[in-house]
Amino acid sequence: MMGPDPTDGGDGATTEAALREEVEALRDRVETLETENGEPKKLTIIATQGTFDMAYPPLILASTAAAFGWDTVVFHTFWGLDILHEERSRELKLSAVGNPNMPMPNALAVLPGMDRLTTRMMEKRIADNGTATVEELIELSLDSGVDLQACGMTADLMGYEADDFYDGVTLDVGAATALQHMAESDVQLLV
Amino acid sequence: MSTNYDIAETLDVTGESCPMPVIKTKSATDELDAGEVLEVLATDAGSMSDIDGWAAGTEGVELLEQVDAGDVYKHYVRKTAR
Repeated sequence: MMGPDPTDGGDGATTEAALREEVEALRDRVETLETENGEPKKLTIIATQGTFDMAYPPLILASTAAAFGWDTVVFHTFWGLDILHEERSRELKLSAVGNPNMPMPNALAVLPGMDRLTTRMMEKRIADNGTATVEELIELSLDSGVDLQACGMTADLMGYEADDFYDGVTLDVGAATALQHMAESDVQLLV
Repeated sequence: MSTNYDIAETLDVTGESCPMPVIKTKSATDELDAGEVLEVLATDAGSMSDIDGWAAGTEGVELLEQVDAGDVYKHYVRKTAR
């Protein structure tokens, strides 16, 4: 509890009463704001990566946020579009090169077929661990109302057509829309 | 351990890992009527903190109890009136 201000030369009791009044007023104001702001939280994730491992964080967070009742948007751009590309999403690769946590030296990792090998190893681990597949997480996200958006400009750049993406994906989204969602969000993440 | 609830539904997510226990718990509670209790059976150790956090941050649900039964984690979630 806050006591009267010792530097205040005035009557201590009056100061305390004034503080109490102020605290009451603030409490009312907080309550009003909390009631007014009863809207769900909003999350915007920008997904830029299309490797097998980097597909997981945005999808896991987005589907979980939806379970919290959050208004959730994932804006996919550049290689992040591969996550929404029906065919390519099933062939996402884990890169063996440049990942110091991989149990193989880079000199070996550059050999042909190594990405496929490391991806298979990871897929097996995921299956053994009971972790959902990328495809399952996409379906789950769409079913639970996550807005999975494909950046229009980079989709053109990559030569992807509307039919290439999962049904339910929001197509032709631009940077301005993404910024608007970010500005309205309580949480913004770049993956 | 007092698990004397009138359980309306049991959700079995044993063998499944993050984020499935939370997501399926959410879907299952959506199907409940107010006042009904959902029992969730999970093997994911993270489900203890995840379901706790989810229930704390979600309107219309109340986490009654979490039980570490050794080989399975049991969660009891009641749907409250909206």
